[in-house]
Amino acid sequence: MRAGTEGARERWVRTGGIELCVQELGDASRPTVLLLHGYPDSKEVWSEVAERLRDRFHVVLYDIRGCGRSTAPLPLRGGFTLEKLTDDFLAVAEAVSPDAPVHLVGHDWGSVQGWEFATARRTEGRVASFTSISGPSLDHLALWLRRRATRPTPRRVAQLLSQSARSWYVYALHTPVLPEALMRGPLLKRWPKILARLEKLPSDGYPTESLATDAAHGAWLYRDNIRARMRRPRTDAYAHAPVQLITPTGDVFLSDRLYDGLEEWAPGLVRHTLAAKHWVPRSRPDQVSAWIAEFVAERERGAGGPAGRASAPAGPYAQAFGGRLVLVTGAASGIGRATAFAFAEAGARVIAVDRDPEGAVRTAEMARLLGAPEAAAETVDVSDEAAMEKLAAKVAAEHGVVDILVNNAGIGLAGAFLDTSAEEWRKILDVNLWGVVHGCRVFGRQMAERGQGGHIVNTASAAAFQPSRFLTAYSTSKAAVLMLSECLRAELAGKGIGVTAICPGIVNTGITATARFTGVSEDEQRQLRKKAVRLYGRRNYPPEKVAEAVLRAVHRDQAVVPVTPEAHGLRLMSRFTPRLLRALARIDLPL
Amino acid sequence: MASAVARELTADLRGFKETQRLAYDCAEEVAAQLRPGVTEREAARMQRAWLRERGVRDWFHLPFAWFGDRTAFVGFRVPLQFFPTDRRLEPGMPFILDMAPVHRGFTADIGYAGCLGPHPLHELLMADLREHRELILREVRERRPLREIYEDVERLMVRQGHANRHRAYPFGVIAHKVGRIRERRWSPQVFGFGTQALRGLASDALRGHREGWSPLWSPHRFSDHPPAPGLWAVEPHLGFRGVGAKFEELLVVTDSRDPEESAFWLDDDLPHVRRRQEERAA
Repeated sequence: MRAGTEGARERWVRTGGIELCVQELGDASRPTVLLLHGYPDSKEVWSEVAERLRDRFHVVLYDIRGCGRSTAPLPLRGGFTLEKLTDDFLAVAEAVSPDAPVHLVGHDWGSVQGWEFATARRTEGRVASFTSISGPSLDHLALWLRRRATRPTPRRVAQLLSQSARSWYVYALHTPVLPEALMRGPLLKRWPKILARLEKLPSDGYPTESLATDAAHGAWLYRDNIRARMRRPRTDAYAHAPVQLITPTGDVFLSDRLYDGLEEWAPGLVRHTLAAKHWVPRSRPDQVSAWIAEFVAERERGAGGPAGRASAPAGPYAQAFGGRLVLVTGAASGIGRATAFAFAEAGARVIAVDRDPEGAVRTAEMARLLGAPEAAAETVDVSDEAAMEKLAAKVAAEHGVVDILVNNAGIGLAGAFLDTSAEEWRKILDVNLWGVVHGCRVFGRQMAERGQGGHIVNTASAAAFQPSRFLTAYSTSKAAVLMLSECLRAELAGKGIGVTAICPGIVNTGITATARFTGVSEDEQRQLRKKAVRLYGRRNYPPEKVAEAVLRAVHRDQAVVPVTPEAHGLRLMSRFTPRLLRALARIDLPL
Repeated sequence: MASAVARELTADLRGFKETQRLAYDCAEEVAAQLRPGVTEREAARMQRAWLRERGVRDWFHLPFAWFGDRTAFVGFRVPLQFFPTDRRLEPGMPFILDMAPVHRGFTADIGYAGCLGPHPLHELLMADLREHRELILREVRERRPLREIYEDVERLMVRQGHANRHRAYPFGVIAHKVGRIRERRWSPQVFGFGTQALRGLASDALRGHREGWSPLWSPHRFSDHPPAPGLWAVEPHLGFRGVGAKFEELLVVTDSRDPEESAFWLDDDLPHVRRRQEERAA
């Protein structure tokens, strides 16, 4: 047994001639969270999540009939109907939490069962809340398919075909005998490798020994239920408990369109999306358990019934970034600040890092007002390696591992190469390049070690692909950031960590007010700055739009993102008309 | 500002002050009547009716009302979008009432920001506006070029984390001059602006053009001059992600050498000033 189930109390629950293996963790007086596993799994699929929840809740797991160490019904046919599974659930709930309803969490077939328990009449009052991961209600699914088949529009047909193609294994499992034979034979040995390769799961002793019987018996889940429910779906499958839906966006078995209009069945539905594949209880246990804990704790506090939370962050990215930990450097102004605000608006936890303590604190304060459940300010110079290491350690201890890192801090420097001193070179590379390197090193390592994905955004610039005679140092530093991002993206792809380089272009931020101009007197320096500020002010491209692009880029995992039209234009030119770009590079400072 | 209150007001200033008071009374009364479901058009009509009842016949501009994210001018591209729409007020929505009545020949131009129910972000914006009121007065007294004051205000807004939303006004002005207007029996409006007032502004612009100043306080080169004596309707407007707040009131600029006398707010007994004093006292 792995660490996840250490110290678990085991008991056997007898129901309908079957013995179910039930495990309990944590204090039994706390709210009960019941974790339901899927196919082909056993309750150990939840070990990582259970481990993270056991301090706060009474966590209960059981092997469903025929799986893991629970016994199988005889005969198998007809022994796995949802009605019988509901009996099992009621028996377990009665045994572990006789007085209070339980909070259900289901993954895959566990979620299919969960939907049944959360919508059936006879379980009313036994379910306090339900978190559904990768498993629709069969009734909803049937009606979803029916609706798309009976009133086809091009979009509906596409959705229908897409889901039908993803369901190949369901048809396969209806073949008699053959699936069992395969699972007992060649497929069994390869299964862990298949999971590791295709689903990118850590190979840490899961699946367990019982895999062969799990898979063989579990096939009856499909054979006993799918056809029956598809033919005669219940039309009254409304949830009698609040429901939270966690959708992995990379699920190869279930289309995320399946959950369109789910609010009809579960009013006040809380949605989250996760950039991951099917087995999120194993690949993303931190985030999954955080969402479960938050949802359960909120129901326990009695905050909002099924009608949901009044102050829940809305907006297009709330599902993807709600509760995630975001760290932004250079967050006291400009693009950094706007990015912090945009994430805050989506409900993310925000850490604003800047050299300027006042500005960082202000960003954090306003982020909290915008809806960030947690916002902190840290005063750090990104070019200081030791300070960055310390910051990483502090953040990890106080807030956990950063999910999204935005290396945005940067300074401007304009002037001819021959006028630029070595000191000035050092300074700009220290902030613009080394700042990004330090950020990626310390936080990227934490992300990689955690092994649960993440995203790094580096702010490069349109100057990264546009050479120019008066921005030599700046363009060099930003070109380096661009290449660093591209290389890092390749390196971290295998770990589920995305890397994005943002190339904003001319954006109205404070970078012009602090930029240095080389080889001019202080007076001229001031004049030039003023002119630059006015020029950027006239262009007036707001940093909020860049922030929007950052969120979109993280959501879609884009590699290089030019933002302003001129940035797009320059990128195109750098690909197709580099000579023209070189001619542009000769134009002197337009101030 | 005790000295400003004690100052013997000329008859003219008293007239302007009375009109401004009248306009703020109107704003407070109308704001108190705003309920969920009221549209911007209705709010504008309420202001108009209230002021007409009290003898207002001419306008610098007709009353405006903005609700919700329209207070921050989200997505405004053409000036027509300033006009009241059928947007309905909802609980927790910020709103702004902006009106410029002419009463017995005296013009006022005021802005009143409020919120239907508590809204922490809106309160923050209102608190931040206080700094702008102080900054503007201080720098006008220093006789700094208007364009630079404009940039300082913008810098402060950016430091506070807000966006400059008065940039959306025609010519991006933070303020414009107002003056006495001759009362005519017939004074039509063009696009919401009173023709008499526009005439006054045009003649100021002409005179200013000869003397090297402009009645519009903007970020552009034509505002690169020290404050010109007269009455300025100053309207800094903050926006923060769909929430906007502004105040607008008259600033008196004179050619006196005494800094206190050279510029002062016409009236310090206004709702947004009182609110700040109460906050400070608390």
